[in-house]
Parts: sequence; structure tokens; C-alpha cells
Amino acid sequence: MSKTVEAPASTPAETHRAALDDRRLTYQRCRSCEQAWLPAREECPKCWSSDWVWEEASGKAEVVSWVVYHTAFDKRFAGHLPYNVAVVQLAEGPRMVTNLIDLSEGEDVIGQAVTLAFEEEFDRPLPRFKLRGP
Amino acid sequence: MRGKAVIAGIGQTAFGKVPGRSTISLNIEACRKAVADAGIEKGAVDALLVKVPTSRVEMMYGQTLAEAMQLRPRFGGVFDQGGASNISMIAIAAMAIEAGQCEVALVSLADNPRTGSRHAYEKVWGDDADFGWSSVVAGYAMIARRYAHDYGNIDDVNAAIAIAARKHGAANPNAQLKLPLTRDMYDQSPWVVEPLRRDDCCLVSDGAAAVVVMSAERARKLGIKAPVPILGFGQGNTSDAVPLREDLTTTMAGGSAKTAFAMAGLKPKDIDVAQIYDCFTITVLMTLEAYGFTPKGRLRDFIEEGGFEVGGKLPLNTSGGLLSETGMPGLQLVLEGVRQMRGTSTSQVPGARNCIVSNQGGIMHTHSTLILGQ
Repeated sequence: MSKTVEAPASTPAETHRAALDDRRLTYQRCRSCEQAWLPAREECPKCWSSDWVWEEASGKAEVVSWVVYHTAFDKRFAGHLPYNVAVVQLAEGPRMVTNLIDLSEGEDVIGQAVTLAFEEEFDRPLPRFKLRGP
Repeated sequence: MRGKAVIAGIGQTAFGKVPGRSTISLNIEACRKAVADAGIEKGAVDALLVKVPTSRVEMMYGQTLAEAMQLRPRFGGVFDQGGASNISMIAIAAMAIEAGQCEVALVSLADNPRTGSRHAYEKVWGDDADFGWSSVVAGYAMIARRYAHDYGNIDDVNAAIAIAARKHGAANPNAQLKLPLTRDMYDQSPWVVEPLRRDDCCLVSDGAAAVVVMSAERARKLGIKAPVPILGFGQGNTSDAVPLREDLTTTMAGGSAKTAFAMAGLKPKDIDVAQIYDCFTITVLMTLEAYGFTPKGRLRDFIEEGGFEVGGKLPLNTSGGLLSETGMPGLQLVLEGVRQMRGTSTSQVPGARNCIVSNQGGIMHTHSTLILGQ
């Protein structure tokens, strides 16, 4: 089965971002090997196929790890210190960087279930994840 | 190839703040000293391998340096694996010499992020910038948090690693930071990105280092005074960005060491002293466990068994490492390995016969291992 691939009007990263701006968290899935991934890229990293589709995430995820910044390397965050950044794994498999909502100091949240919750920041809806369910 | 190539000479600049000097100038000083240390003439050099500076990345840097040194290398250029490049370039030089591509190679590194730009260490990570995901240290902190969750508290072992490096650095007159560290100071050290403290993090430094690589046979013919044999080398590239690693606490470092140990015909128990890339304490912890010095999660046992200072279980980073000597990404560790094998370190391990050196780059993206002997 062959399929003509037309030159994309936008890059996968731009398409992913446009969906986020529309408050939808999407990821890519390969039609050849079923691998699901983020961040957006042009080929399946597992089998190198360019035959893939977008899917929308359920919003269920699990915390892989997290850190708390006490230094604002990015000056936009100087007023936010301390703030957390986390890696979560979506129920569908892909991983992404995010912020955790309702993180308590001193609590180990690795492995905890989290739920997608968009929050407005920097004039865009940011896909963050809430601890302790919706 | 075990022992077929040697490090014939080493050279370095001052470390720390070295204002008013380009990386080209720093490279040339280190190369000039390495060639003098080997006791050879410039004309003998027919290969030049160099790591691109983190402070300013530019195309064809290897040729810019060669031009400034009036060299027309038979073999040379830049090899980029971040901090792993240095050992990888020594390995490439050794293989090129064995393959008849060149005879005497200079491997050099210069950087000046302290007076120049440290953007490479503090940059934001692309599409994830709006989450506040920035800096190299945060990537290591992400790994350290997961490691502590999976294998238990890491404070004691990280403190022991930092205290040993700082003690050895205090004994090294060329070290940038000569202030010994106590456990109290470590515990009170402020968070940079939690769970990493300031004293878990390497220095930001200007400076350069260089080594001369040639065959053992040529070293004999030239009457090189203190050639140090290269017994083994290996590399492994984890490559994935930290968030994408299936297991945050597993890298290709173990495979890198396995290749190097197999080439050297040695095992971890044969190693007398180690120079382990300590950009952050967690890197040392994970590297030594991956290398097979202890099972994963058990490096802390070394503390009761004597720890990491000279006279201890596994003397570590005897010139101070990146935590104390200079934060320069890696080649200084090879220089200290050479000094240990020559018996000239300021924190000499008595009777040391074999030294292992690790280099790595990115956020544990790349890894390279070198084993030096007698």
C-alpha cells in the first residue's frame, strides 16, 4: 500500500501547538508499527516511517519525575520561584514536559496519577497536570 | 590495540577566570605546553582533533585552530559529543594512528564560558520553554529525583563525592576552587534546582587542556620520557532527551565501560584510581555504578568501606574534578589520569597502576571511557 505524501503546510510541531492552542493535547501514532510519541516529529522514531496520524490524548497520565527550580535561568520565571517542572507519561505512552498543579512540598509524587488541566499562561493555554484527580 | 598508543605529553592553561583570551589562544597555549611536555617538535604533529567550545559554536573550528597554529593536519577536525568528545577524540586518534592515517596527534579542548557566554548551560528547551524547562542542571536534577525514588536517599553519597573532590582540589595549586567542603556546608548549600544543591554542581570555567597521542613504538623511538599507555577505550550514546528515556537512571555508560574493560583486559577491581566526570554529583554516582564498581543503588556502601579520598576504597577526582579544579568539560580529567600514572599528582595514590577516566556530554546523552596504565 503506497500513499502520496504532500508537502505539509505546517510542521508537525506547529500542528501540535495549534491543537494545544485549541485546548486539545495530541500526539502522533505510526500507522506502520503503532508506536505513539511526542514531541512532534516527521518520522516515527521506532521504524522511521513517515506514515503516521494524530490522536487526541485522554488526559490521563503518571508522574515520571519532577524538579523544583530555585533559580530563574529564564528571566520570565523570576517572579514564579520556586516552581516545578515535571515529566509525565500519558496513558497512551508518549512522554512530555509539564508543570504539576497542587504539588505539596516534601511529597514524593513519582508514580502518582495526574489529569490534564489547561491553564492560561504567556497568552496561551498550557497543558498542565493536576495531582489527586479532577 | 591494548597499550599500542600512549599519551606522550600533557598541557594546560590556568583555570578559572581567564579574561581577554580567545579559545584559539587558550588552545594554542595548551598545545604548546603538551608538545613541550612530550619533548617533541611542532613539526612532528600531523593530526589535530579539537572539541568545539561551549561558549561559542562555529563551523570549521578545527581548521580555524590549525590555521592559527600553521598546521596542515593529515588527519583532524572537530568531533562533537559535548563533554564526551575529548576521550572519543583520543580514541579516534589512537585508531587513526594504528590505521596509518597519522603519527602524532594533538587532542585539545578550550572553553571560556566564565568570561564569555554560558548560554549553553542555561538555555531554555525549545517548545517546553513556557513550562520553565531550562538549563542543564535541571535535566540532571530530574534524573537525580528519579534515582532517589528508585534506589533510596542519595544525600550521603553525593556529599561524600563532593567532599572528596573539594579536598583533592584544595591540594591542587592549579584548582579554581580551593575551599574544602564539610558535610555541614554541603547540607546548608542552597538549592539550584531541587534536588541538586550548589555544591552538587560543577564550576563554570575558562581554560584549556591538550594531550599528545602517538604509538608506543614511536614514543620509544623518540625517547619520550613519561609515556602513559592507553589500555582501553569505549563509548556509548544514550541520545534520548531526558524526558524520553524509558528508564531515567539507565544510560549507555555501562556499555562504554564494558567495551573499555574488554579492550584493556581489566575489571573494576583492577582500577586503583578514577577520574569521573563530575558535572554534577549524581553523574559520578550513576557512572561508577554503571561501570560495575558496585551494583546499582549500592555505591553508598563505599562510604563505610573508606570512600573516595586518597587512601580510601576508590580515590576519585584527585585533582579536584569539575567540582573543584575546573568546570571545563572533561579533558582535565585525562591529564590527571596521566599524572597519576606518572606518579606526579598533587593527591597521588601510592602505587596506582591503572586509572579509569570518564567523559560524558549533554545530560548523560553521550559517554566515553578511557583506561590508562603503566
